[in-house]
Amino acid sequence: MKTVLINPLHRTLLILVVVTGAAFWIRSDGLTGVTGGIATLAIVWLKGRLIVLDFMELRHAPALWRWLLQGWLMLTTALILLFYYIGRSGVTF
Amino acid sequence: MTAIATPSPASAATTDRLPGDQDVWIFIFAELLMFGAFFVAYIFNWVGNVEAYTRSQLTLDRSLGLVNTLLLIVSSWAVVSAVEAARGNHSRQVARLLGMAIFCGLSFMIVKAFEYTAKLNSGISILSDDFYMFYFCLTGIHALHVMAGLTILVVMFLNAREGRYGAQTTKGLETGASYWHMVDLLWIFLFPLLYLLR
Repeated sequence: MKTVLINPLHRTLLILVVVTGAAFWIRSDGLTGVTGGIATLAIVWLKGRLIVLDFMELRHAPALWRWLLQGWLMLTTALILLFYYIGRSGVTF
Repeated sequence: MTAIATPSPASAATTDRLPGDQDVWIFIFAELLMFGAFFVAYIFNWVGNVEAYTRSQLTLDRSLGLVNTLLLIVSSWAVVSAVEAARGNHSRQVARLLGMAIFCGLSFMIVKAFEYTAKLNSGISILSDDFYMFYFCLTGIHALHVMAGLTILVVMFLNAREGRYGAQTTKGLETGASYWHMVDLLWIFLFPLLYLLR
């Protein structure tokens, strides 16, 4: 087990699997209400970041591309979070 | 797709270089912007219709969504591991890992087809309500990307079996891999948006 986790790709895979399970648990009433939603979106951001940096191999790529994709990830997650919060607050458009 | 005989460094992790062809990254970024707009459109419509969306969402099988998420994560890991194996000139391992990614991608499509069939058989379609309009459109467009990605993976698998990928010929492999990771990244948003968030 220890030697398997030395490989950063294996570590990333393990983290992605564990946090996916955590998101599923949250939805199965592990965490309810807005807190559960915010935690779910935090997990989306974390998983996206790991995929961009480790699987897409942008961690050591030119800064422009790293920040373009991370910027997209951050902006999309933030907009979803914003509208989610508004929706849960009972506001309608 | 043939392996491109452009010299590439032994490891992308130690260099300041973009893996694969820059053109595919422009394409990937454009795709991400398009899907980002779709995601925001979905959540924007969700506001004010929370109860109706939640009612429809409860009719989805979350376990199947979870299985599909795990399948894409494992396939993405297999693809990036194949790129690493190519850099180490382990050509047989490259083919094996790409084969594993193809198996996961095909399994994803089978699960999706099963899900669609179950919904259609129970009388639920794209016209049922707003939630299912988004559900079928977003997952349908994503499924088209999975099929395109699978085609690329099969071509790379055949190339790998002929030993076309090695430490100096990884560019074609990296290009296809980047596209496949994008497919995974998009599902990372779709799963919680459609199946979990309420």
